[in-house]
Amino acid sequence: MSDTAAPSTIELLTFELAGQEYALDIMSVREIRGWTHATPLPHSPHFMKGVINLRGTVLPVMDLARRLGLPERDQTERNVIIVVHHEETMTGLLVDAVSDIVAVTSDDMQPPPELAFGSVDTMVSGLTLIEDRMIRLLNLPITVDTAESAAA
Amino acid sequence: MSSDNDPMAEIRASFFIECEELLEALQDGLQVIEDGADDAETINVVFRAVHSIKGGAGAFGLEGLVRFAHRYETAMDAVRTGALQIDEGALKLFFRAADHLSDLVRMSRDDTPLDDAVTATLLTELDTFLGEDAPEATPEAEVIDFQPMGLTLDLDLDGEEDEAGLMELPDLDGLPPPALVDANPLPHQIFQITFTPSAELFETGNEPAILLRNLQELGTCDVVCDTSALPHLASITPEIPHLSWRITLHTSADESEIASVFEFVEGLCALEIAPLNQGIPERLTASEPCEEGQALGEAVSPPTLNPAPETPPTSQSVEVTPRSESGQVSAEKARARRPANAAAAAKSVVRVDLDRIERLVNLVGELVINQAMLSQSLEKSGLSPHSEAISGLEDFQRLTRDIQDSVMMIRAQPVKSLFQRMSRIVREASGAVGKDVRLHTSGEATEVDKTVIERLADPLTHMIRNAVDHGLEPPQDRMAAGKPAQGRVNLTAAHRSGRVVIEVSDDGAGINRKEVLEIAVTKGLIPADAALSDTEIDNLLFLPGFSTASVVSDLSGRGVGMDVVRTAIQALGGRITITSTPGEGTIFSISLPLTLAVLDGMVIEVAGETLVLPLNLVVETMTLTQNDVQLVRPGRQVIEVRSGFVPLFDLGHALGYRPPLDSFDAAVVLLIAYDDENSVAIVIDNIVDQRQVVIKGLDESLYRAPGIAAATILGDGRIALILDPSDIIATYGTEAPLQQVAQSTGISA
Amino acid sequence: MTLEILAVDDSRTMRDMIRLALIPSGFTVHTADDGVHGIEVLEGLAPDAIITDINMPRMDGFGFIDAVRDQEKHRATPILVLTTEAAPELKQRARAAGATGWIVKPFDPAKLVKALQMVAG
Repeated sequence: MSDTAAPSTIELLTFELAGQEYALDIMSVREIRGWTHATPLPHSPHFMKGVINLRGTVLPVMDLARRLGLPERDQTERNVIIVVHHEETMTGLLVDAVSDIVAVTSDDMQPPPELAFGSVDTMVSGLTLIEDRMIRLLNLPITVDTAESAAA
Repeated sequence: MSSDNDPMAEIRASFFIECEELLEALQDGLQVIEDGADDAETINVVFRAVHSIKGGAGAFGLEGLVRFAHRYETAMDAVRTGALQIDEGALKLFFRAADHLSDLVRMSRDDTPLDDAVTATLLTELDTFLGEDAPEATPEAEVIDFQPMGLTLDLDLDGEEDEAGLMELPDLDGLPPPALVDANPLPHQIFQITFTPSAELFETGNEPAILLRNLQELGTCDVVCDTSALPHLASITPEIPHLSWRITLHTSADESEIASVFEFVEGLCALEIAPLNQGIPERLTASEPCEEGQALGEAVSPPTLNPAPETPPTSQSVEVTPRSESGQVSAEKARARRPANAAAAAKSVVRVDLDRIERLVNLVGELVINQAMLSQSLEKSGLSPHSEAISGLEDFQRLTRDIQDSVMMIRAQPVKSLFQRMSRIVREASGAVGKDVRLHTSGEATEVDKTVIERLADPLTHMIRNAVDHGLEPPQDRMAAGKPAQGRVNLTAAHRSGRVVIEVSDDGAGINRKEVLEIAVTKGLIPADAALSDTEIDNLLFLPGFSTASVVSDLSGRGVGMDVVRTAIQALGGRITITSTPGEGTIFSISLPLTLAVLDGMVIEVAGETLVLPLNLVVETMTLTQNDVQLVRPGRQVIEVRSGFVPLFDLGHALGYRPPLDSFDAAVVLLIAYDDENSVAIVIDNIVDQRQVVIKGLDESLYRAPGIAAATILGDGRIALILDPSDIIATYGTEAPLQQVAQSTGISA
Repeated sequence: MTLEILAVDDSRTMRDMIRLALIPSGFTVHTADDGVHGIEVLEGLAPDAIITDINMPRMDGFGFIDAVRDQEKHRATPILVLTTEAAPELKQRARAAGATGWIVKPFDPAKLVKALQMVAG
């Protein structure tokens, strides 16, 4: 979305992960729900939390902090699952807490500095400052595409 | 493509559904012909299928489809009328044309560009089949025939009642009195029309009165009935008309419009239409169809364009004189009277949106869950088994089961359409490799869940291609081995103990085990010194990494992506096995659940997790003592079951839920028959229940868990995973060689 | 004017098209799947006109027309034949069987309506 010429406004859902702030395009968010026990999938990648029952469908849930390689922290009552959809797939993302909905223009977004290569970096597609807090915009397709990680 | 409230779009959608049925009938018919029957009705059926596709395609302006269907139909018509014979080559052509027609239908449906190259090739071949002259006789005109074209009508006179002499017509019902003021303000002409019906006009339900009324709509008519030919009343034969009308028409319409009023009666009357203000009456007799056709703006080529004498007769070449002699009429009638062979009357059907069925299936699934929960709580309530509540519950269970079966029946479809696609694959694959192959199918009526059918198409295609390409030997090898040069591939379906078994077999040389073994060693899939049984060698074909493109060409056995096939079958809750006999052929057998929606499951607990095993795989349950367990070597235990040794399988460890068990004392084991020959004793903690569970698919795009077939939702709303024991065992291994295979595969991949 | 029509065609698509063309114009449309079915449906009906396809299973259009014409009360019922061919000999055969007129598929709804009004009054 950094390629678009005209500055367009997008709305972001911001949330906390291990003390950092992340964001997702609100258009990809289906719903937010409280944490429930997830049934673990055998031999799944470490970031796969398991599957939960989302009104009769089986929703895979990933621990986003683990997915991003962030430090371990305890689960609290504020933990929520953000249900996102990308193409045909619905995925639950376990985050520490949701913060806010903010509107930003594409001009406000900067590409992340390319200091290193690695999955964590590519999963963040842009950075923006809101009230002096740095918000990391998540690249959803790369985040939920775990084919590579799962095969490993 | 949205068909909401657009009746045309709905009909279009329904047309394509109908096309699928017609294409199926076409395939069936061709198959019957191939099997040696060539009775008239079969040929009629294939003809009608193509004809109806053409008809509907025309209605939606699908020109490419119309053009191809038309030529195909023409070829079939030539066979139907006996002008041409179907020989083997023609039948092959008809099959290929049917395949292509099916492609064209789908491309038309999806609005994708049609495959013109194939169309052109096949059209040329169809023309060749028809012979030199046939296509030439009607080049583009046939296509133009399908332009929407006006209908014309005729009338019928029963007008025997007008015995009076010259009289004005207004007494004919509905005819407004001739208005002197023309309702039509446009500049107009005056035509003099003379119309004398013949007897045949009345036999066709035409009615002069209505014709005249239609004329009236073109302008103002003065109608005079000429009764001068009327014989004396005593000698009147009622069937022979004696009246003639002379009409003076003031109209802005041109001559062709006037002529079109009489289109249906051309040849059934004497008709003259002459513009009065031009003095010289221009004769237009109704027995000149071409003239009229052109007047209507059609580009109909005159049927006599190509006189081609003594050419093989095609349907087009039948010349019929308009004034049909009565003898001919009765011949026609006699022919028409003979009804086609009675086919079974079509069953009454309702078309239902698949979404609605899905919803129903889901609701029934919920009902099953709900009923299970209700049963549980009633059992806990301590009611007497003879109480009304409990016996009522039993009825409820039975009803639930019946409803569920009925709902599943809605989703069930015969595998026939799938098998028909395979016959095409055989034709194409055998053509590509230059082998003569015949596909024999049986059990096409076997019904399977629609989704299963759809998802079987790819794996089956793969297997059929393999059978043709690798399973069957080249003709010379077959002859040398004393087999018929024509190879045989069998495709069968049958219901067997609550599952559907689909088999693909060939009468080829069987799996070349020596070569398979060498390849597996070369590729590092197994140690060079591995001692494998024949079955184990055959199963190497299913290993990922066994077959690659480079292997295919070298390999006289099989192996094109059989791991992919197996994965697809397993994803459907099925399993696949190989049986191969050197020199006689190979059988691949696929066993599938009847439905993907509900499963009779055994609910178990392992390491604190609740899991479900398909109940039909559980042969026996038992509780162990340490004495029952024999150590084969460290990490490998067996138990003795009816004088055979069965390996123990530590499920909790295999699934990564906990470290290996130290002791199996008091362990609960389930004896599982995970494929036709092998069983394994799975160690679990606890059996919770036996119940029906509703199968919920797992989205495997995120992660495919080995050994997990699907999931279900338990009464408390939590998710339990449904195990696929054969996949678990294939993944984690029970037998030493297989375990090594699995491990080394993992490493090399 | 409300006309009652019997349409006989083995193609569901065609039956649907005919209904779609005629019902908005106030016609009452009965349908049948083939000639045999057509004769059954005709029982107890007095349609103002009949439309029939030619190529049908069990009893084709020619046989159907013949059977209709054999019934005294339908000797003069207008019958339109649906045909994809404009070929003269097909018209001729239809006529020989007793058809009143023909409609070339694909048809334009307005013209179908007009055709029926023209033969049926």
